[in-house]
Amino acid sequence: MSDAPASPDGSPVLRMEAVRKTFGDSVVLRDVDLEVAPHTVTALIGASGSGKSTLLRCANLLEDIDDGAIWLDGEEITDPRTDPDAVRRRIGVVFQAYNLFPHMTVLENITLAPRRVHGVARAEAEEHARGLLERLGLGGKAGAYPDRLSGGQQQRVAIVRALAVRPRLLLFDEITAALDPELVGEVLDVVRDLKGDGMTMVLATHEMGFAREVADQVCFLDGGVVLEHGTPEQVFGDPRQERTRRFLRRIVEAGRL
Amino acid sequence: MTLVKEQSEPEGADDKGGTEPAGDGYVPSPRRLERERHRRARTRRATAIAAASTLVTGVVLYLVVVSAPGWQRTKETFFDGQYAREAFPKVLEGLWLNVRLLLVCGAAVLVLGMLIAVARTLRGPVFFPLRVLAAAYTDFFRGLPLIINLMIVVLGVPALRLQGVTVDPVLLGGTALTLTYSAYVAEVFRAGIESVHPSQRAAARSLGLSNRQALRYVVLPQAVRRQVPPLLNDLVSLQKDTGLVSIGGAIDAVRAADIIAGRSLNYTPYIVAGLVFVALTIPMTRFTDWVTARMDRQRAQGGTT
Repeated sequence: MSDAPASPDGSPVLRMEAVRKTFGDSVVLRDVDLEVAPHTVTALIGASGSGKSTLLRCANLLEDIDDGAIWLDGEEITDPRTDPDAVRRRIGVVFQAYNLFPHMTVLENITLAPRRVHGVARAEAEEHARGLLERLGLGGKAGAYPDRLSGGQQQRVAIVRALAVRPRLLLFDEITAALDPELVGEVLDVVRDLKGDGMTMVLATHEMGFAREVADQVCFLDGGVVLEHGTPEQVFGDPRQERTRRFLRRIVEAGRL
Repeated sequence: MTLVKEQSEPEGADDKGGTEPAGDGYVPSPRRLERERHRRARTRRATAIAAASTLVTGVVLYLVVVSAPGWQRTKETFFDGQYAREAFPKVLEGLWLNVRLLLVCGAAVLVLGMLIAVARTLRGPVFFPLRVLAAAYTDFFRGLPLIINLMIVVLGVPALRLQGVTVDPVLLGGTALTLTYSAYVAEVFRAGIESVHPSQRAAARSLGLSNRQALRYVVLPQAVRRQVPPLLNDLVSLQKDTGLVSIGGAIDAVRAADIIAGRSLNYTPYIVAGLVFVALTIPMTRFTDWVTARMDRQRAQGGTT
């Protein structure tokens, strides 16, 4: 859990170089560099508005970047000739607000992309989905509609939905921020589990204790800049930057670490 | 679910007298019994007031109409039993045409309206002309009074004497109705599409669904569901407006009444036709209300079935 384990071929799953993103006059990301090695967990921490979510949305091409470049498995996905749908098929995203489809059952939510995008037969997609649901403790919920589930259950369904297409990379955008405190644990357990499976993940999070525990790499964003990055021990234990120290102090005072 | 049940219990118990033990040894407190007594008394009072008020209003209306100076004359011209009996079967016969028009035009309107709404939401430069065309269509046909549209199509098209183009006033009238109502319905659908939160589209796109797949599997099903009440409202409106095809000479319920009225110089047939339309519309309106109420209830329960 210290340094990122070396990948078989050594090349990063996701790489960002000098990424710049603006919304109108405000610069949301400035010169962002990031490397995510295979089978590692990267935690993005920082105050609200520091650019964590935007960084994830850019990695999934839900936002166009202004400058710089992003590579997925060595292929430049910010090349305008890239098919964004093909890129998104390889990346799973879980959102803060779950964003499940309210008119579909849990099973339909999960099998939509495998069936319609990846052309998997219905029976096979459903079997895979049921297996995943079972694993995440949602075995009885396949036929339920999302609104009937608790927040924690909905978020776990959203994770299954992202997993169902067997993604190369999972992006988690503050997936516990909308949950009641007692439901946070069940969702974080799932992430721990996925790490055990060797899934490559990038998570924007406010759960510092969790980031410290599961992350191989922690990036502290401040004002759209990666101010500090390194192992959790280094960033949390011995931050180099004064701003990081101040941020962590506030977190500790708020009882979140 | 349990929560909803518990909340609704006092009301349900209210209806039955409210003293049944729940099985867990619960005995309603005197406070509760007193409250329920008070509520029952209030309900009885409200019912009595409503009945009295309705009676008074009815009597006043009746007296005002009957004591009007022209009442005797009006009664003979508009409410003549003999003409009503003569007109009724003819009007009903005409009504069959209105019903058929409603069914065919209604289906065409829903399909065309959906196509136009989807055309307006298409992205990409290739679709630019289609987008503009769809926008122009809705702007034009929503603004054009239906009666003028009907006159242009029903009277204008036959005047062109085009080979192979129908001069049947029913077909032409139906076309005009479809043109106008598609514009209305397209806007209803478009409002529905825009009411689906962008995060739904983002979630669909992030799963790798193309823009078109996101629209088809995620956005449209939610949009249509939400727009059922306004859509039914437009269909009720269309049902009445099918009567306007009579301007081309097609014998629908209105025209059937018109023929008798013209011959007898008595307006009773119009009243008959009017009532028949109302009778036809009421079930549809009730159905609309029922669907709306059911959807509201489901939303309140948090279901989307």
